[in-house]
Amino acid sequence: MKKVHKNAAGKGGWLFFAVVVLMYGISAVIDLDLTRQALDSFIQMADKIAPALVLVFVLIFITDLFLNPKRIEKYLGKQSGLKGWLIAIGAGILSTGPIYAWYALLADLKQQGMRSALMVAFLYSRAVKLPLLPLMIHYFGMGYTLLLCLYLIGFAIVNGIIMQRLEDKGAVSG
Amino acid sequence: MLMDRVKSSLNKAVRTFINILPIVLGMLLLTSWVITVMPDEISTTVFSGHSVPDALLGASIGSIAAGHPLVSYLLGGELLATGVSLFAVTALIVSWVTVGIVQLPAEALLLGKRFAIYRNLISFVSAVAVAFLMVLTLRLMG
Repeated sequence: MKKVHKNAAGKGGWLFFAVVVLMYGISAVIDLDLTRQALDSFIQMADKIAPALVLVFVLIFITDLFLNPKRIEKYLGKQSGLKGWLIAIGAGILSTGPIYAWYALLADLKQQGMRSALMVAFLYSRAVKLPLLPLMIHYFGMGYTLLLCLYLIGFAIVNGIIMQRLEDKGAVSG
Repeated sequence: MLMDRVKSSLNKAVRTFINILPIVLGMLLLTSWVITVMPDEISTTVFSGHSVPDALLGASIGSIAAGHPLVSYLLGGELLATGVSLFAVTALIVSWVTVGIVQLPAEALLLGKRFAIYRNLISFVSAVAVAFLMVLTLRLMG
């Protein structure tokens, strides 16, 4: 099952890329200016996320170097307990860059035994954006911002528990 | 021994990275296209002022939006200033960063189809729940 996922990501990834390129081709035939604007936006975005991708690459390398399935099982696996939740939520809050840049790392950790609940907690707690808090406070006020952060962390746990229940029932595999 | 381990980890990281590269590039191209095609003004004319439909609509817009979270704060702040309810704005900014319809193909490929669908569904419902809890709590706090 694990190998199937990895192969699917490899082949499916290029297929997905080809479909998007084809969509751009069709878009260019319909509206060339709009497609050019989209390509300009793509270049700007690629430039912005490049450092985050480098960070993801380094983290994949470091986690593989220092973590093994036994350690993953201990810190983020079924018996990880409170420490696992704290690590997943803390890492989610501190992680930067677009969400899909982190899928590969999570897929890798999942293969080594990371719980689905903690994957969900990590992805949900990414909603707490520390560098952007000043802007949120500016628009919505300190009380709103702090309360929202607390709810987001709380729901990261709730959602993780729900996913764990679904996984325990066998509804998530596949 | 250590060098072998470093080499092996580096090879694995490169292989993983090559696997995700088309997905990341595809996602960036798709996101850029969606952002360019979907005008910002669309969201300012469709909110009704009723809490439930507004929260659902806010969560829906946030779910399909694919931009930097900064944009959601700016958009949410501007919408709030124009009179859109806090239910809608909160649902929008929460779902913006927790639900990813555009990213769903990439998430499904790497983390599994069912995991991706369930996670996004749960996050969508949570965005609406957080919106209601936020407004109710703020009212209670005065």
